[in-house]
Formats: sequence, C-alpha cells, structure tokens
Amino acid sequence: MSYPALLVDVTIFVLALWVGFEVISKVPATLHTPLMSAANSIHGIVLAGAILIAVTAHNAVGYVIAFLAAAFAAANVVGGYVVTGRMLKMFRRKPALPTASAAPAAISGATEPSPNGKGPGA
Amino acid sequence: MSTFDWVIQLIYVLAASCFVFGLHLMNTPATARRGNQVSTAGMITAVGATLAIVVHGNLISTTGWIVMIAGAMVGSAAGLYSARTVQMTAMPQLVSMFNAVGGGAAALVGVHDYMNAGAGVSATTSVTTLLDVIIGAVTFSGSLIAAGKLQGVITSAPVTFPGARIVNLLLAAVAVGLGAYVIASPSVWLLLIIIVAALAFGISMVMPIGGADMPVVISLLNAFTGTAVAMAGFVIGNWALIIAGALVGASGGILTKLMADAMNRSIRNIIVGGFGTGDAVAAVAGPGGNVQSIAADDAAIQLAYASKVIVVPGYGLAAAQAQHEVAALADELESHGVEVSYAIHPVAGRMPGHMNVLLAEANVPYPQLKEMDEINPEFARADVALVIGANDVTNPAARRAGTAISGMPILDVDQAKSIIVIKRSMGHGYAGIDNELYVDPKTSMYFADAKKALTELTAAVKTLVG
Repeated sequence: MSYPALLVDVTIFVLALWVGFEVISKVPATLHTPLMSAANSIHGIVLAGAILIAVTAHNAVGYVIAFLAAAFAAANVVGGYVVTGRMLKMFRRKPALPTASAAPAAISGATEPSPNGKGPGA
Repeated sequence: MSTFDWVIQLIYVLAASCFVFGLHLMNTPATARRGNQVSTAGMITAVGATLAIVVHGNLISTTGWIVMIAGAMVGSAAGLYSARTVQMTAMPQLVSMFNAVGGGAAALVGVHDYMNAGAGVSATTSVTTLLDVIIGAVTFSGSLIAAGKLQGVITSAPVTFPGARIVNLLLAAVAVGLGAYVIASPSVWLLLIIIVAALAFGISMVMPIGGADMPVVISLLNAFTGTAVAMAGFVIGNWALIIAGALVGASGGILTKLMADAMNRSIRNIIVGGFGTGDAVAAVAGPGGNVQSIAADDAAIQLAYASKVIVVPGYGLAAAQAQHEVAALADELESHGVEVSYAIHPVAGRMPGHMNVLLAEANVPYPQLKEMDEINPEFARADVALVIGANDVTNPAARRAGTAISGMPILDVDQAKSIIVIKRSMGHGYAGIDNELYVDPKTSMYFADAKKALTELTAAVKTLVG
C-alpha cells in the first residue's frame, strides 16, 4: 500500500530528530558554539525552499517574498559555514610555537590571523 | 516517478547524510573542521539538486531567475561579510541574526505557498503552513530582539510592564485561535493577522529576558528555527528541509536543556514565563565572615610557586574582554613550570560554549579547556584556583537546600588549597545572593577590573619570579 505524503514526512521528521539527538549529544561542551553555528548553516537548507518558491512566483508580492527568502537563506548558509570554519580553525591542540620558552604568546601570535596579546579594539 | 526524480531524491539523501556525518565529526575538536567541510559539501549538493529540478523542468521565468539570484547574492555578501568580520565576543549576536533570517526565510516559504494555493489549500497543508509561519515569525522577531539585547542596542535588563504576561497569552491565543479558524476557512488576510500576532509574540517573549539568560534564549530560538525549517519542508514536500530542520531542532533542544539545567531552571519555567524576572525569593543570608583582600604581588607569588593552577573564567571575563590577558598570564605561569587548566562552566559565556571559543581565539590549546564534570575532581589537587568574573557558578551555597541557587551545578572551587578571586566589587551575581566562597578563609579577593588585574599579575610574575 502507499502511504499519504504527510505520514511519510512525519516519519522522516521524527526519525531525523532521534538521529539528531544521538549525534549531537556526543558533541563536547567545548564545541557548543561552533555546533550552534554549524546548525545555523544547516538550517540554511531553507535556501532550497526559497529557490522552489521563486519558481511559482508570478506577481510583485511573490517576487518580493522570493527575493527576501533567497537573501535570508543565502546569508544563513554562507555566513554560517564561513564563521563555523573560522571558529574551528582556532581550536588547536598545542599553540603553534617553537620549543623556545621565551615569550610564547608573541611567537604564537605571529601565526594567528587575529591580533594576539591585545584585547580586541573595543 | 521519473528517473530524474529518483536521482534527485537520492542526492537529497546523500546531502542529508553529509549533514548527519558532519555533525558526528564535531564530537572532537580534532575532526570538527572536517565535519564542517562535509556539511558544506552536503549543502552544495542539496542546493545543486534543487537548481537541477528548476532547470530540468524549465519551471522558472526570467524574472524569477533574476529575483532569486539577486536575493542570493545580496544575502551571501551580507553573510560572508559578517562572518568574516565578526569579533568572537559578538558571536552570540551573529548566531541570533542567523536564527532570525533562517526563521524568517522559513516563514516566507510558508506564506508564499499559502498565497499560491489560495482557497484550494487542504487542511493538512494548512496545519503545517500555520506551524511554519507562526514558529518562523516568532523566531524572526524574537531573535532580532535577542541580537539587539546582546549588541546593547536594546537594554539587556528585563523589560516588563504590568500585565505583560496577559498580553503574551493574548497574542498566543490570537495566533493559535485564528490559526484554527484559518484551517477551516482559508484566508490570506487572516494569515497576515496571524503573522503580526506571532511577530508581536516573539518580541514580547524576549523583551522581559535578562542578559544572563541569553544562553538559554539563543538555544531555544535555534531549536525554533530548526523546527520552522522542518515545517517549511512539510509545506513544500521537501525531505532535505525536513531532515535538516529536525537535526537543528534536536541540536537546539539539547542545548536548551543543558543551559537550563546549568542555570537551575526548568524548561517549563522558561517557556511559560518569569524568564529572568527574579522569581527566586530573596536570599537566605549566608554565614557572615571576613573578606580578605590581596595585592598583585602576593597573588603573583602564590600563582608562580604553585604546581597546579585552575583558572575559572566567568561572564565577567568575557564582559571585560580579558581573554587575551588571561592567556598571557597562563603562558607566563607555564613557562615557570606551573600546570594551568581552565574550568569552564556551561553558562560561562553568553551562549553555549562561548567561553571556549574566546579562549581558543586567545590561543589557549583546547586540551586545557575542561568541562565541569571533568575538572571538579581536580580542584582538590589544585594549589590555586583563580576565579575571574565568575560568581554564582562557584557559590558553595548551591549544595545546601533553601537558597536561590540550590541544586544548581557548580564548580567545586572551594575544594582548592587556596582561592584568588578577581572581581570588581563584592556585588552580587545574577541570583542576587552572597557568595559564600568569598568569605572562605582560603579565599583572597583581588578587587580590580579583570583586564587590568590580569595585566598587573602577569607583570608581577615576570618581575618577581623572572
């Protein structure tokens, strides 16, 4: 027999929730911020939805909605992945420094894209 | 079902697998970057498959293409710019903004679908559309308010007025009640009223929330966004959206629970209201006692001659943006052979895991960042616990019954052989009660701004111990 679409959708939704709980409960607290921004980029999949509504838009209101949805979703996807990557790059096992003990902060600072040893300009 | 549809569906399954596997790889910092790349690949695949649908069916008008591409380019540019330039201290605001646009996009998908379907919409589609639109709109306005509060554009103090809770309930009732009516008799105008009510509810839900509760709020809104996206997937019948939305919903849900537990609040208490509005009754007075203060030189000597130091950074450290200074002090101590680690309470920053990112940015290697359960047994072996801008999460009163923070999980700082607390004043933490740690005979208070104090300590260690 074939099942109604909604029933299939609900099944997929519920199973994906459980998979999500299983996988995400293993993420350590250290990575919770990158996890959340990675989750942000994943819900950027709504871009696929935005593309599909652009198909059915046929009047001004429809186009405005499609434009906004595409812009919002694209910001979500691109920004989410870039910022997650940026954060994860900062997590390192050892600060990148040679064996010398002198001024380790200054040396590791040289390999960092962001200024080290000073607070952000605020 | 044509071969083409088969292929597209299989590609969506592949993309969804990439999302799951990418999240799985985030279970250690060592593989997390690869996880993000796998997830990115999944996203490119999914978007590519969606474009293939559109091109294959030749479904889209020229205007449609222009609108879509223009929107995507504007959004990508904005996203890229903010992702590249954001400071790590401002990460909670950015995540909040991404929650807002994600929820907003999901709501717009629902609205558009509803308007197209017109009066011919079926009841089941109506239900998912309404859930999509309501949750999406609440997330959109709520996240904007949260971002405004975090950025300081809107006061971070709880904003309430008499009857606020009744207004909230009314708005919720309007949205849900009209929603039920709209299912029976579809109307685009009523849907618009529902959207306005949902937007207003998002605002009135987040306005009364204080800054210290932000980790819970952001997590909750993250879960909302995921759910809204999944609902959008129901509306347009797209499994990729359903699966991705469910994954994000699960992630946000877990983080909400973790944050709520760490702040000693039930999720029910948070959702129903009284969010950060001090429904904790006034404090049971702690045992009185003398507070000892300490000067930079003495503190420096204590730290430099310790064999094991545990740093306990709190919200105050993040607020003072002193993460680079604390890392510099730790480096200095390590060069004298002191073992330094960091005890991170789950709510130490303004969002889950925020403190870890701030310290990672300051070049602290992640093996030194210890979670609460991991570090608590180690305090007894620590010569000095250096508490910087952390308050309630170190208060031993949490172990007793009858205080505002009873039962809250805390860091066992009082087990250390000696304790140095850097703090601006004896002011209360978020719970509004005295911290018994401060009058412990083993504790010395170093009253100063975190940034200044840490710079002084580092300098003192350098000159005194060389």
